[in-house]
Order: sequence, then C-alpha cells, then structure tokens
Amino acid sequence: MPPLLDIKNLKVHFHTRNGVVKAVDDVSIKVEQGEIAGIVGESGSGKSVTAYSLLGLIPMPPGRIEGGSAIFQGTDLLKLNERELNQYRGRKISMIFQDPMTSLNPYLKVSSQLVEPLAIHENITGKKALHRAIEALESVGIDDAATRIHSYPHEFSGGMRQRVMIAMALITKPDLLIADEPTTALDVTVQKQVLDVIRTLQKDTGTSVIFITHDLAVVHEMCDTVNLLYAGRDVESASASQLIQNPLHAYTRGLYRSNPSNHAKGSDLHTIPGLPPNLAKLGPGCAFRPRNTIGDPSLCLTDQTPELIEHSPRHFVQNCPGCLAKS
Amino acid sequence: MAEETHKQTLETLPETEAGHSLWQDAWIRLRSNRAAMVSCVILVAIIFSCFVLPIFSFIADPAEIELSTKNSAPTASHWMGQDQLGRDLLSRVLHGGRISILVGLITTTVSLTIGVAVGAIAGYSGGRTDAFLMRTVDVLYSLPFLIIVILFSAVARGQTDALTTWLVDNTNLSHDSIAPFTGLIPLFVAIGALSWLNISRIVRASVQNITGQEYVEAARSLGLSHGRILLRHIIPNAIGPIVVYATLTIPSVMLFEATLSFLGIGVQPPYSSWGILISDGADRMLSNPLLLIFPSIPFILTLMSLNFLGDGLRDALDPKSSKD
Amino acid sequence: MKDIARDIGSRLLQGIIVLFVLITITFFLTRALPFSTFQDEKAVPDHVMEMLEEIHGHDKPLYTQYFMCLKNLATGNLGTSIKLMEGREVSEILSQAFPVSLVLGLVAMAFAISIGIPAGVLSAMRKNTRVDYIIMTFALLGICLPNFVIGPLLAELFGVQLSWLPVAGWGFTQPSTWILPAITLGLISAAYLSRLTRAGMLETLNQDFIRTARAKGQKESTIVIRHALRGGLIPSVAYLGPAFAATISGSVVVESIFQIPGIGGIFINAIQTKDETLIMGPVVLYGTLIITANFLVDLIQLWLNPRLRSHSKS
Repeated sequence: MPPLLDIKNLKVHFHTRNGVVKAVDDVSIKVEQGEIAGIVGESGSGKSVTAYSLLGLIPMPPGRIEGGSAIFQGTDLLKLNERELNQYRGRKISMIFQDPMTSLNPYLKVSSQLVEPLAIHENITGKKALHRAIEALESVGIDDAATRIHSYPHEFSGGMRQRVMIAMALITKPDLLIADEPTTALDVTVQKQVLDVIRTLQKDTGTSVIFITHDLAVVHEMCDTVNLLYAGRDVESASASQLIQNPLHAYTRGLYRSNPSNHAKGSDLHTIPGLPPNLAKLGPGCAFRPRNTIGDPSLCLTDQTPELIEHSPRHFVQNCPGCLAKS
Repeated sequence: MAEETHKQTLETLPETEAGHSLWQDAWIRLRSNRAAMVSCVILVAIIFSCFVLPIFSFIADPAEIELSTKNSAPTASHWMGQDQLGRDLLSRVLHGGRISILVGLITTTVSLTIGVAVGAIAGYSGGRTDAFLMRTVDVLYSLPFLIIVILFSAVARGQTDALTTWLVDNTNLSHDSIAPFTGLIPLFVAIGALSWLNISRIVRASVQNITGQEYVEAARSLGLSHGRILLRHIIPNAIGPIVVYATLTIPSVMLFEATLSFLGIGVQPPYSSWGILISDGADRMLSNPLLLIFPSIPFILTLMSLNFLGDGLRDALDPKSSKD
Repeated sequence: MKDIARDIGSRLLQGIIVLFVLITITFFLTRALPFSTFQDEKAVPDHVMEMLEEIHGHDKPLYTQYFMCLKNLATGNLGTSIKLMEGREVSEILSQAFPVSLVLGLVAMAFAISIGIPAGVLSAMRKNTRVDYIIMTFALLGICLPNFVIGPLLAELFGVQLSWLPVAGWGFTQPSTWILPAITLGLISAAYLSRLTRAGMLETLNQDFIRTARAKGQKESTIVIRHALRGGLIPSVAYLGPAFAATISGSVVVESIFQIPGIGGIFINAIQTKDETLIMGPVVLYGTLIITANFLVDLIQLWLNPRLRSHSKS
C-alpha cells in the first residue's frame, strides 16, 4: 500500500535581507496510513517549516518552495494553488499548533470557531453544526461541553485550549493530522493529558498523525516512526524502536547520550557542544561536522552533501562516514 | 580524551557573526528606509534655508512694503513674487519658517518635559499614583483641545502682557524687543499644556517595561535612590520611543499653531509664521494663488518629512516591526 | 448582568468627571480673561450695572460664583448672555445654532469612518503594493494639510470651477450644503483612521490565530472580515473618541470658512467680549456631545473585545 503522504526532496528557502536562509534543504519523509510519524529536531532544524509547507502556510514573499514534491493521496500538494489547497486544509489535512492561547481567536466564542470547518467543508450550519461541535468537545474530554462551548478562549486553561484545538482539527475527520509541538507550551502534567487525548483519538479514528517535537521522550511515547532533522536536512529515520536500539548517526547518538536519565547519578552530563549552524551560510559537506564528538569528524564529508541511504530495512541515515563512525 | 575532542571541536566552530548593538541595528534599519533618509535631507535643507539664508543680504527685508508692485509674479529679484503689500514673498516665507519651526521645537520641548516626567513617574511608581495620573491623562485626552487652547491663549495673552510690562519696567529692554518674544509664550504654554498626553502614555509603557526588568531590581538592591534610577537607568533606555514621539509631535504642534494663527490668536505681528502666510494666502486664493502655494510648500514638506522620519524611527527602533 | 451594569456605570462616571473638569477649566479660564464683563461702548447706568453684577454674582468671591455656576448647570440653566443681545437667554441663542453644529459634526464623522476604515483595510490587505502607497500618501496629506487650506481649495474646485456644490451657508433642507464642510472637517480624522486601521489590521493578520483560520481552509476575504477585523479595528475604535473631540474642535474653524451659523462663531465672539455665560454654554454643549460619543465608543469597544469585559477575567 502506498504511503498516505510521501515527501521527497523538499527544499524551502527564505529570501531575506540577510541572505537566503535554507530552512529546509532536501528532506524526505514517508507517512503510512494509520501511523504516528514523528519529526524531531532542535529549533531551526526545519521541522515546522516542513509541515507548514504542506498546507501552503509559509509566507510566500520571503519563502519559496525551491524543489521537491509532497504526494498526498495521489496529488502533489506543493503544486496546488490557494483555492485547491483550501479543499485540503481543515478537511483532509488538519493542523494544530504550539501555543493554543495565540492560536485561537480571542474575539470569537469557541462555538463559532469549532463550527467553522463544518460550515466551510460540509455545508453544515446552525443547530446541527453546534451539536457536532459539542460532540467534538466531549470527545476530547471537556466536561459540561454544552455550556462551556459558548465561552471565549481565554476562559479556558492552557491544556483545555489545546484540547479545543484538537477537537476543532478533528471535527471534519481528516485523514492526516499535523501536530506542531502541541505540548511544548504546556505544563508537564497537562502534557500527558493532551498526549493521551491525541493517542486515543488516533486509535479510534485511524487518522494518521505527523507529530513534531524536540522532546525525545515524547517521541518514544507517541510515535511509530521517527524522522530526525538537523540544519534543514534529514539525518536519520527509522521506527521508534529501531532508533533507540540502534542509533547510527553521531547526532542521534549524541542526543540519546545527552538524556539525563541515561547517566548515573553524579556523573557528568553529556552535551553536544556548539550551536546549530547559520542556515543562511550553509555550504556543502556534512552540517554536523563542527559538533561531531562521538564519531570521527576527520572523516566527515566536506565537499559533498551527505545523502540518505537505506542502512537496514526502513532505517535510513545520512551517509557521512565521519558521523557513522564509532568513536 | 573527551575534553580534548571538545576543545578541538570548539576551535573549528564557525565564527559567530559580530554582534550589533541595538542602536547600530536601528541605525542600519533607518538608513535603508529611503523615505526617512530623503526626509532628513529635506528637513536639513529647509532648516538651513530658514535660519541661515536670511542672514545674507540677497534675501530682502520681509517687512519692506512696496505697493507699486503688489501681487506680482516671480522675478529675478523676487523669486517667489510679492505679496499684497509688495513685500518679498520668499523672504517672508523664510522668516515665517523660523517662527513656525521655533514654535514647533520649543513647544515640543515643553510637551516632552511634562510628558516624560508624568509618564516616568506613573510607570515607575505603579499603584495609586499611576492610576491617578493615567486617569487624569484619560480625562484630559477627552477634552476638546482647540476649544480649550483658544480660551487658554486668550488668557495667557493677558498674562504675558502683564509680564511684558513688568519686564519693560524692571529691565532696560524696550517694549518692541521683548513683546514679540513674550507674545509667543502663550503659544508655547497653551499648546504644550495639552500635547504632552500621548508622550506620557508612551513613556509610561516604556518605563513599565524596563522597570519590570531585573537590572532595575539590582540597582535598587544597591541602594540607589528612585530619582537616580529613573534618571540614570530608566529614562536613557526609554529614549527610543521618546525620540519617535517627539518627532511626531512637532508636526501636530506646527499644524496647531497654523490653525491658531488662522483664527487670529496665534502668532501676532510683527512676527509672521507659515500659518499666517498660508491663511492669508487662502483668503486671497482667487486674486493671487501663489500667495497660498508658495508658503504651503515648505510647510507641507516639513510636516510630511517629520512624519516619514518619525515613522522610520519607529520601525527602526522596534525589532518586531511589521514591515516585511 | 451585574458586570455589564458595572462596566456601563464606571464609564458613565468617567464621562461625568470629564464634563466636570471641562466646566471647571472653562470657568476659571473665563474668569481670567483680560476683559471686564461690563465694559461697553454704551454707558450703562450705574444701578443697572449693579443689578447685572448681582445677578451674575460678580460681587461674590470666586468660589461662590463657581458653585453657583455648577448649580445652575446641574439644573439645566444656561443663564443669560451678558454682553450680547442684551440679556437673551443663552439657551435660546444656542438653540438655533446647536443643531447645525451637531449635524455638521455627525456627517463629518460618518464621512471619516466610511472612508477611513475601509481605506485602511484595503491598504493592509494589499500591503506594499501601489494601492497601499497611494492610500497612505493621501492619508499623510490629509494629516499635513490644514483644514483652512483644504476647505477653500475644495470650495474653489467643486463650488466655483465645477459649480457642483454651494460654497457657503447652511440649509437643513439642502444636504448639498453639508458636503464640502463635512468633508473638510472629516478629512483629518479619515486620514488618521486609515493609518490606524492599516496598522491594526497588519498587526492582527500577523497573529497565530489567522494562521489557524487559514489552516482550516477559510477563504482570505472571510478571514479578514470574520477573524481579523474585530481585533484590527481596536486601535481605530479607540481613536474614535478623541477623533470626535477633534471634530468638535475643528468645527470652529470650518464653520468660519464656510460661514456656517453654528456654535463655533458664537463661542469665538463670546471670548472676545468675555461673555461668561455665552462661553460656558457652548462648552457645556460640546462637552456633553463628547462624553456621549466617548460613552458610545466605549460600548462598541466592549462589544468588539470580550477581554475588556469585567466578568471575563480568567
């Protein structure tokens, strides 16, 4: 069965006053039907930009899709115009965002925001729409939904707002849900609740999910497959279990090693030194070389850009010898 | 072993870019704003013309009347022609500019002083003082500005007449030399007394923002007095918005002076201002439209330039400007 | 319900305070004018002078006069004119002129809002295009051109050259006389409103919830109207109160330019002759108009922005 979404060689560049920022520079990700695919990376790794470009949410004057394709149910999303994209947005592909406070319209009641996708895509309004909206709120675990639906967003707590967003995103029963760091802005205790909601709904409806995060622990709790991005390129991707058992790339290994729970009490914490590179000044060669302390930096590629190869079945990694080397 | 690898790695790290200070950043941004830069040039040119050129003798005496050539068109010796009393219009425009610009600058300074003081105290003190001051500002903001200034001007004129008389009696300055100056004071006071409101709000917001930051707490814990903290630490950091709003206040003050002059209660003879020239010109628009056009041009140019410059400063100093 | 009453009540109170401050300022400024009330060309008989002084309380100390004035005003008594028109009731003098000024002000504001706000929205939606630059240039001109220049220019163009519109006077039954003065008066407010609307819309369109609306597949025009407008209009609506006050002020000038028999002329004359009651009368009327307008604007703001309502503190 073909994957639900097949992103190939995506390139998104931003043309700014200070030069061309290569936010996404050759990323390929596959999302299968019914699975939760994780996209993991630091800030600036390109994970959000990858997701936004699928729905055309990148501001297009500075941003430009320089290449690649994103085949979703047979259509290349990147080639669609605004009107065609609106057929997919909120209907086949929905998105929830990082900060639920700013992502909900503070001037409108939750009810009007919840029914909006129904009015746009299914032509359902009035009482019927309100009924569906209340059901949606109940499905994400908000008590007293019939009353609370008429409140404004600022009258909800952070975790509940995020649940409202989830309800709003799933109300049209989309095939794909993109969750951009949905729990980053929430307290740890609330995080768990929201993740539970997503997991339960995903199981019930069979919706595929792209889960974007920088938190490895969350990845292992939620995701079936993991795609690790660095400096706008994909570094390694595999199933979650394979990745933790057999991390190949120096970056991946560094990340796992940095996890405090992997250290004995009292011993030094491992860190990856340095900073992510300036995406406006990315040259050819391995982007991770300056920070490679686990592999062998002297073997890192300098003139060629590493490419993704299939190291073992369904386990892809950048073929930079320096980063694949054991120390 | 790990340490050595770390050191090695750090040495090969790409250099981070040289950081710019906030001011340098702002200056670079401002430089790239063409409208603002052109406005600067225009303003300098206008100020130079009005304040420096009349010193030279090729600029005629603005008061010299020549009824035989009244309302004449521009000639070689009278580049803007002559007005209804045969006075050289160019000279009148330049001299009028001096007054208009001076009124603008001095009144704005008055405004600034009051506005910064009120805003800083309100923002720094918080609580009841802040609430009281800001309520006052709100109430004053709702008042019909011009109406009150008209009243105020009439009153102030009476007072400054008294002041002039006192000065004449007690110093050896002649009435003619003081009266024009003291005659302008009502303008400064009247307009300045109500145009500080916006500035105070901006300053308050700025001060509140800065006061909340930790280096102010640090200064307090070192025992610095409130006044010292305000003066040495807070206000210098609030300078940005203050400069922006000062730049934007000058044109509204100048417009105000023009309106008052139109109503006859602004600048008084023998002084003339762009406001007077323009309103005289508007009256005589049908017989000699040049009388309206020539003074209007530098006036409008000055106002527009100040607005562009102020907007440019605001965009330059605000890191999250919504321009691009 | 109680909270709405509280919101309304506090705003009414603020309005009354404004009026009170206005009256007080006017009272003391008027008393400080450099004229004595009863100087006149005609010699007034002494005993009449005394009687007039007594009626107007000039023999009493200032603060007593102040409270007399307040008491009179509270009971709606605007008093009689001292200088002009030999003792006519102020309310009678103003009753003809007030509706004129009122209609002029309202039409001017209507013009300002109906031109300024849509212009600002259009500018924001077409940011950095030619439409944007043209609109913003006009707005800047509107701010920098004094109304005593715009007025005569418009009158010259549309009244004299094209003969489309009358250039002076006022007729309640002739709306064509309203057009030029109202445009002249409203232009500067329209200019400010367009700039504020543009800035407000741009700021709102940058917000995250607009991205959410796009992600839901909503059309751009619906996004602007349904999602962005409410937040984007906030700075403009906040300015409507001061805009109205400025329009009131500006009416004094515009009435003079177009020879409109409104309150403005009466006010100016009264100042020159230090006619206390005839100064206070227009001021009170202006003040009442302004606080009414401010009150309505506050109500609109409460409706637009639910976060301002006192019951909705989270």
